[in-house]
Amino acid sequence: MSVVILGIETSCDETSAAVIVDGIDIKSNIIASQVELHRKFGGVVPEVASRKHYELINHVIIEALEEAGVTYQDLDAVAVTYGPGLVGALLVGVSAGKAMAYALGKPLIGVNHIEGHIYANFLHQPDLQFPLLCLVVSGGHTDLVLIEHHGVYRPLGRTRDDAAGEAFDKVARAMGLGYPGGPLIDRLAQEGDPQAIYIPRAYLEEGSLDFSFSGTKTAVLNYLNRAQQKGEEVKKADLAASFQQSVVDVLVDKTLAAAEWYNVKTVMLAGGVAANGLLRRQMQQKAGDRNIFVTYPPLELCTDNAAMIACSAYYKYLRSDFAPLTLNAVPGLKLGADKY
Amino acid sequence: MYVLGIEAATPVAGVAVVDEKKVLAERFVNNKLTHSVNLLPMIKDVIKDAQVEPGQLEGIAVSSGPGSFTGLRIGMTTAKTLAHVWNLPVVPVSTLDALAYPVTGYDGLVCPILNARKNEVYSAVYQGREKGIKRLTNLMAVSIEELKKILCRWQDKVLFLGDGVDIYYQQIKDMGRRADFAAFSANLPRGAAVAEIGLKKLKKGEAISALEVKPEYIRLSEAEVKWAEKNKSAGKCNCGN
Ligand SMILES: [Zn+2]
Repeated sequence: MSVVILGIETSCDETSAAVIVDGIDIKSNIIASQVELHRKFGGVVPEVASRKHYELINHVIIEALEEAGVTYQDLDAVAVTYGPGLVGALLVGVSAGKAMAYALGKPLIGVNHIEGHIYANFLHQPDLQFPLLCLVVSGGHTDLVLIEHHGVYRPLGRTRDDAAGEAFDKVARAMGLGYPGGPLIDRLAQEGDPQAIYIPRAYLEEGSLDFSFSGTKTAVLNYLNRAQQKGEEVKKADLAASFQQSVVDVLVDKTLAAAEWYNVKTVMLAGGVAANGLLRRQMQQKAGDRNIFVTYPPLELCTDNAAMIACSAYYKYLRSDFAPLTLNAVPGLKLGADKY
Repeated sequence: MYVLGIEAATPVAGVAVVDEKKVLAERFVNNKLTHSVNLLPMIKDVIKDAQVEPGQLEGIAVSSGPGSFTGLRIGMTTAKTLAHVWNLPVVPVSTLDALAYPVTGYDGLVCPILNARKNEVYSAVYQGREKGIKRLTNLMAVSIEELKKILCRWQDKVLFLGDGVDIYYQQIKDMGRRADFAAFSANLPRGAAVAEIGLKKLKKGEAISALEVKPEYIRLSEAEVKWAEKNKSAGKCNCGN
C-alpha cells in the first residue's frame, strides 16, 4: 500500500503544494513564487505575503492534486509547515491544512520548515545512512545539525548574527545588484577573482561550530564606502567572488570539522544557499579528500517548496506522529522540538 | 436548509449552525487564544452539537471583514477550504452587517464600531426600525470624529455597539441624548448572526463559489501605503512605466 501525502508550504514568500507518494515519488510540486511582488519593496513584506498566500493557497492545492491525478479522497494525510517563518504567512497554510484534514477525516501532520529543507535530500536518496550531518543555509538560517535517526536532531552550531543568505541579500543590495541576492552574486562571482579583495573570515573561538557573517558583510560595505569616497570604481565581479569565497570557506571548513569530530560519513546541504555553485563544488571537493560523501538536493528543491514538506511528513506518518486540530503557527519553532 | 457560520474577524471567535427557524448549535470563545487554536475544534464540535452531518450543510457563511487581517485570513481560509472539499458554496457576510443585524429592530440608526487601531474604527451606518439589513454607507475605516460628522447627515438617534464602544465611550457620550448604547452582550460579533444572514443570502442566490471569496480589508498594508506615498512624492506613477 502506498502512502499519498499532500504537503502545504506558506512560511515565507512561496505558496506551494505537492503530492508525494511513499516519500520519494514527486507526483506534483506546484510553487507560486511571490518574488516579483516583493521586489519593489526590496524584501518580503509580511502583510503583502500573507494576502497573496490567501489568494493563491487553494488554487495551488487544487493544481497539485490535478497534476498528480489524485482526488482529495486519495490522500492518506495532509502535511503543513507550521514554523519557523512569518506568522501571518504560516497561518494561511496551517488554516488550509487543518480544514482539509478535518473535512477529509485524514491525519494532519505538522512539519518544521527546516526539517523540510533537510528532507529535500531524502526525496532522491531515501537510503542515506545515519548518522548524517546537515548544513542548513538559507535567508533565515545557518545551522549545523547532527541527525541521529529520522526526526532526531542535535544542533551543533548556528549563526550568531546574520544568516548566510541574509548576508548575500544585504551585500547584493549594497552593490546595487537587486533582490534576491544569492543567485545574483553567484552568477556575477563566476566572472570575478575570489582572491582579488581581502574579506576576513570569521571562524570564532577555537572549537566553535557557530557562524558569524555580519563582519563579513560589514567588510564588503566598508570596501564599497571607501571606494566611493576615493572615487574609485569597484570591480563588482571581484568583490562578489571574494565575498562569496569568504562565506563558503567558513561554511565548508566548519562543516567538515564537525563531520570529523562526530565521525559522520555523509554530509547533506539544505536550504536556498545550498543552490550556490561554489558551495556545492567546494564542499564536494574538500569532503572527497577526506572520504566523506556529500549530497544536496537538485536546484529546484533547495528553495522553498512543498515536496520537501510532504517528504518529511512521510517519515512522521510512518511513526504516526500526527498533529491535533489545535495546531498553531509557531514562528520561532526549533528543529526537533515539535509544539502541538 | 443547514448553514454553518464562521466569525473570526475580531479577537473573539464564533461558530454556529442554523436552519430557517433557529440556531441549532453555537460556540463562542472570548479567551485570548488565537483563532488558529480555537476555530477548527469549535467547528467540529458545533457540527456535532447540531447533530448534522457535513453532507447535510448547504453552504458556509463567513465573516468577511473589515477586521483583523490575520483573523480574517484564518476564518476565510478555513471556510473556503472546508467548502471546496465538501463542495459547498460560500457566502461572505460583512462583519459589520453581522454585528448590526440582531439589533436592527431599534428605532433609529444602528452604528457598529470595531477597533481598527491607529485611532480609527471600522464602521458603517444602518437603518434600524425595520428588521433586516439596510446599510446606508460604505464599510469605512475612520476616526471617531469623522464618523460623528458622517452621522450629522441624519437626525435620528444612533445605537452604538461593537468592541470599539468601550474605547471611544466618552467621545460617543459627548453626542448627548442622540447616542444610545447597546447591551455589553451585543458588542461582540457572533457566528449565529453570520450564519443567519448567510442563510438568507443563500436563498436569494447570493452565494459564490468557494475560491472566489475575498476579505474586505478596506485598508492597504502599511508597506503599500508607504510605497505609494514615496512614489507619489517622487512623481513616479504606478502603472509600470
Ligand atoms: Zn526555507
